[in-house]
Amino acid sequence: MAYPYVSDREVRVLSKYFGDPTQRRLDTYVERGGYQALKKAFEMGQDAVIDEVKTSGLRGRGGAGFPAGVKWSFMPKQPTKPHYLLCNADESEPGTFKDRELMRWDPHQLIEGILIASYAIRAKHAYIYCRGEFFEATQVLAKAVEDAYAKGYAGADIMGSGNDIDITVHVGAGAYICGEETGLMNSLEGRRGQPRVKPPFPAAVGAFGMPSTVNNVETLSAVPHIITHGGQWYRQWGTEKSPGTKLFCVSGHVNKPGNYELPLGFPLMELIDDVCGGMRGGKALKAVIPGGSSVPLLNAEECGRCSLDYEGVQAVGSMLGCASVIVMDEDTDIVKQVRRMVQFYAHESCGQCTPCREGTAWMTKVLLRIEEGRGTEDDLDTLLEMSRQMTGTTICVLSDSAAAPVVSSIQKFKDEYLALIRRGERVGVA
Amino acid sequence: MADTITLTIDGQEVSVPKGTTLLKAAEKVGKDVPHYCYHDGLSSPAMCRLCLVEVQGAPKPMPACVTQAMDGQVVGTESELALDMRRGVLEFYLVNHPLDCPICDMAGECHLQDYVHEEGRDHGRSREPKRVFGRDDFGGDVLFYGDRCVMCTRCVRFMNEVEQDQRLCVVERGNRSVIDTFFERGLEGTHWHGNIVDLCPVGALVSKDFLYKARAWDLDHTPSVCPSCSQGCNIELHTRDNLVQRLKPRENLEVNAFWMCDHGRLNYEWINRGERMEAPLVRDQGGVKAMGWKEALTLLVARLGDVEGTVKAVASPFASNEDLAALEALVESLGGGDIVYRMPRAEDEIVLKGFPTLARRRDLASNGRGADLLGLRRVGADDGTGGLEDVSAHAGVVIVLGDGLADQGADFASGAALRVHLGTHSGPAVAAADFVLPITTFAEQEGTFTNHEGRVQRFWPALKAPGLARPAWLVLGALVAEGTGTETPRRADEAFARLVAAHDAFSGLSYDDIGTRGAVVNDTVPLSGD
Repeated sequence: MAYPYVSDREVRVLSKYFGDPTQRRLDTYVERGGYQALKKAFEMGQDAVIDEVKTSGLRGRGGAGFPAGVKWSFMPKQPTKPHYLLCNADESEPGTFKDRELMRWDPHQLIEGILIASYAIRAKHAYIYCRGEFFEATQVLAKAVEDAYAKGYAGADIMGSGNDIDITVHVGAGAYICGEETGLMNSLEGRRGQPRVKPPFPAAVGAFGMPSTVNNVETLSAVPHIITHGGQWYRQWGTEKSPGTKLFCVSGHVNKPGNYELPLGFPLMELIDDVCGGMRGGKALKAVIPGGSSVPLLNAEECGRCSLDYEGVQAVGSMLGCASVIVMDEDTDIVKQVRRMVQFYAHESCGQCTPCREGTAWMTKVLLRIEEGRGTEDDLDTLLEMSRQMTGTTICVLSDSAAAPVVSSIQKFKDEYLALIRRGERVGVA
Repeated sequence: MADTITLTIDGQEVSVPKGTTLLKAAEKVGKDVPHYCYHDGLSSPAMCRLCLVEVQGAPKPMPACVTQAMDGQVVGTESELALDMRRGVLEFYLVNHPLDCPICDMAGECHLQDYVHEEGRDHGRSREPKRVFGRDDFGGDVLFYGDRCVMCTRCVRFMNEVEQDQRLCVVERGNRSVIDTFFERGLEGTHWHGNIVDLCPVGALVSKDFLYKARAWDLDHTPSVCPSCSQGCNIELHTRDNLVQRLKPRENLEVNAFWMCDHGRLNYEWINRGERMEAPLVRDQGGVKAMGWKEALTLLVARLGDVEGTVKAVASPFASNEDLAALEALVESLGGGDIVYRMPRAEDEIVLKGFPTLARRRDLASNGRGADLLGLRRVGADDGTGGLEDVSAHAGVVIVLGDGLADQGADFASGAALRVHLGTHSGPAVAAADFVLPITTFAEQEGTFTNHEGRVQRFWPALKAPGLARPAWLVLGALVAEGTGTETPRRADEAFARLVAAHDAFSGLSYDDIGTRGAVVNDTVPLSGD
């Protein structure tokens, strides 16, 4: 058995070499065809690269799902100022662990993607903003960047093409909010990690006040494959609107949790029952968070109707996000689970916007009180109203993220709240 | 016009220049959208989220402070959505706010009180224990009550952007965020930090000087001009019980924007100084006698008619243009003579970096420029002493206006045939005069000062004058009228009109033109000491 678990349902494009430590080595990567896509990109020219990525339909893998090629095309075509590519490797969403693996096992795939993207957006400098806690991944990545420099794949005059692209690995200090693209820029510049007001958008005024593009690790890792094989090739997987493959981070009460690369549009229940070997201990499914802790949770019935592409998850009232599937069985205490997530957001709120700063902390206190059996039914109305006033009212979406699980859990699992409020009964193993 | 756009706010159509924010456009239709973090003099971080308004077609409520108005936009500042969102934000503020209004200095002028009263919920729903930060001494004149803070960061941005001395920052994150100083340095040694107290929309930053002195609703506000240097910052005198309780800057983008320096702000105790001279004192063979104005002035006019010799006068750069011009008119009517004044001066200017036309100027009095324009001559040292040897040795008439002669003894001008002193407080040199006439301070009278750039600015009376003290222009005007057989000016604007008639530099100006914003004189006379 390879890298923790694999499934024959997988389509391993990005994760092909997960579990193979030799892939980290530059010579192995090159032997296996590495850096040929970069060479090809240089020959194609910037606009053709952007067009190819547009053709592939590759959508941002960080959560928002914005088409990558379109995003790149927002960058000025005639640079008057330095451009920057920012690789968002601040993977902090609870339940997400795909970028870390991409950096650990296949750092050159990411570096090649970064170089191609930098070339396409006419950036001469790329920053990789790594989550502070990613100690090993950062070391592997930094070593790979050094190797790439040593062999002329990064820095000045890459592979004799005349293109100069520098790569800097920057380590954050471990704040969730620095994964938000403008918070990331502030942090990178040495300021407080706080999201900025948009507009202006990063493509106009980004890092250091210059036009910038922020892409997720997984998005950039897919780029070399698209350039090598073409945009149409990438479309053989997935759906019309959500083409390609996606890494699904499955955690929770399944027999085989882990990273699985699957075509988009894969049925959620097949992911749980087939790919992940079913529910742990044969228990019944209670709820699934399909896209990381910031999206509304789904109950068992909704899971049965859910296909894992951007539109499919939206159709059942949630979001694919970064495809972090958290599976919860019948013994799960939903109130505690929601409280724990809201507590996380309260801890990670940057504190700029009032609804988020005060709202997340207040929600935590109310949920804790309900958990302790001291809640009232009015508290549920208060929580719902708070959620409404925390959604769409702030600079970034952190407070929306905190509100989403509260709202969906009260809608779908109100009986659990009421059991606690009326009888002090907890559901599940707590 | 291409540069103008038209939009609808709360059902009213309004045209504004392109680039105007919704907040400013709403002001045009008389809607004051509540806001904390936004301030005209600072950057807009759009973080308090209180100014959220509904924009038709927008997916979410928009912050009015940074959202630019668009042609044809339909905006609701008081729509159901906008009110709901603002009610939410206000409730969030109160989750941890201590509601200690009864002991809070800001109560009565607090924007949190106002907004919650106007738009908030009747009852808070939070039953949880509140977060407690306690009180912190920020150094200088500032105390910080963290529990009251609404985290608008105006104070941090003032120190970063305007004073440009980064003494404050936000530490921690989430609802543990709190404003703090760097280590123990605090605000000590900064010169403009009093402004952060004004900027604070709640009672988080309060002035130590003003702490527990007065309730906001007991204070009378009078527009005035700061007398502490030649910048002429527009200020308000806040008074209670006929005492100045504090000074606050008054907005005037041409002079001081929204700001004033700490030197000027805290230099007001002298206005409240007691032991004022309250009645005219006249010396004759029998000693000194207090008497009414009519009697005293009649005696003085008679004496002025009798005395032989020329006139020398000493004036004060704290006296108004009207006072100085009336003195000059009197000296003129007595045959003319030298008028000098003495100016206390600082070593350096203290410039406000973020608004560099504003500085604590070297001249530490408000009307040096006015004195210069009226032809007075500056004498003495930079500490405001000396330079009166000529006057002191004068054998004719010596008139002193406003200068307390603190550095002079009882033998000042002892050889003069007649000594007249117009002042507020007595002293050895004052008491020795033949006529001592009590006058008012700038806080007790109407008048104008001319600032360093030649801007004539009005101030208004905020305090009741003690006893029989009268404005110097009235006393001097009466003397001139008596001696020349003309009318006495009855109001400050009449005194100013006489000044304008007599001095070309001021020609064309009137009280109406000057208004509350000031008007620049049409002559440029180099400022003494420059």
